[in-house]
Amino acid sequence: MKYIDEYRDGRIARGLAAEIHQLVTHPCVLMEICGGQTHTIMRYGLDELLPKEVELVHGPGCPVCVTPLETIDKAIALAALPEVTLVSYGDMLRVPGSCSDLFRAKASGGDVRVVYSPLEGLKIARSNPGRKVVFLAIGFETTAPANAMAVWQAQREGLPNFFMLASHVLVPPAIRLLLRSPVNRVQAFIAPGHVCTVMGYRQYEELVSEFHVPIVVGGFEPVDLLEAILMLVRQLEHGEAKLENQYVRSVTRLGNIPAQDMVERVFEIADQKWRGIGRIPLSGLRLRAEFAAHDADKIFDMKEVHTEEPAECISALVLQGLKKPTDCSAFGSRCTPENPLGAPMVSAEGACAAYYTYRRHKVLA
Amino acid sequence: MCLAIPGKVLEISESNGLRTGRVNFGGTVSQACLDYVPGVQVGDYVIVHVGFAISKVDREEAERTYRALESMGLLEGEMPPSAAETPGESS
Repeated sequence: MKYIDEYRDGRIARGLAAEIHQLVTHPCVLMEICGGQTHTIMRYGLDELLPKEVELVHGPGCPVCVTPLETIDKAIALAALPEVTLVSYGDMLRVPGSCSDLFRAKASGGDVRVVYSPLEGLKIARSNPGRKVVFLAIGFETTAPANAMAVWQAQREGLPNFFMLASHVLVPPAIRLLLRSPVNRVQAFIAPGHVCTVMGYRQYEELVSEFHVPIVVGGFEPVDLLEAILMLVRQLEHGEAKLENQYVRSVTRLGNIPAQDMVERVFEIADQKWRGIGRIPLSGLRLRAEFAAHDADKIFDMKEVHTEEPAECISALVLQGLKKPTDCSAFGSRCTPENPLGAPMVSAEGACAAYYTYRRHKVLA
Repeated sequence: MCLAIPGKVLEISESNGLRTGRVNFGGTVSQACLDYVPGVQVGDYVIVHVGFAISKVDREEAERTYRALESMGLLEGEMPPSAAETPGESS
């Protein structure tokens, strides 16, 4: 375990893994929702420390991966307009649209800029009053307060040239959809630590009682994840279904109330399309009507774009935990981070990129 | 995208009506909005996601998390641009 040896808490990690080995008697399938957690698991080889009975499948918690193709195509179309400056997070540039990506839109002369924070988008709008600045705002509940504040500020400052193309997704409805699926294999979930830092874990109590499924809120370090896995295995072995919080240093039951208030003020819950999964009822956020002046979907006349996914890409099944990235015939050959067929190979949080970065030599050998 | 990194608040001021902190992330100093962590003072450690502090953490915890993220190579792309850079011009 090369990676574990490098980590200073390697002994604790091995201790936790040994406890899991002792405890487990039945096969079980666990899902980590968050793509950041998927990367920790792959980077440190945590799955290889686990007994063969414990299978980890990777969830849809990569906002870049689930941003609908239509939204990517719209952003590419907007970037081509001479008066528009298209602003987004770095990961979005290489995400394949139907026939191009934002990186190519930039190369062909589009004004596409990468920002770290939506507040930088506001700065660009302030200092370029002649440009229409469109911020492609994606994310889960963790990012929603930041994006909400950007729109709130634009309204408050009277910045007429700041617009948001929003694609926001929510975790609990996605878990509900996975659990209702007739082909679901997942028996327990690691809930995403930073989503819960913002939202609290109270939303997950309902899922636990409705589906009698164990859920543990987990952090992002190797030891966090092994502890969360241990807690889930213990529950499954004891026939329990409880909500537990492993990430106590950051997560409370109620979460960050000021952040939730701002999200509530700016956004409303709506049906949302997830790339690879489809429409999930009440699983997204859209701008409220009072912010229509900053809503790119309302301001720019974008005809219904015709979208097309590459037939070979199995990212839909990967995002639902039904297939592993290495089950794909294009993995590492016709699909690489440089030339991706699907979004999970692009994003720093995509499951395909995680397998490619940490496992390809083993898998493709 | 949901990665959030810890940093120490060095100074608090107001910027365009937002409570804004200069935050030290392991040597890189950048600005972060503190509106969502109203109780935070100079010297406190916060967890920052896309330029917004989303929670307060204790110092030891912040340093431990920072080192772990650094060792995993996950900071690249999640790090805010340093204060010297022109915001919005980084590519």
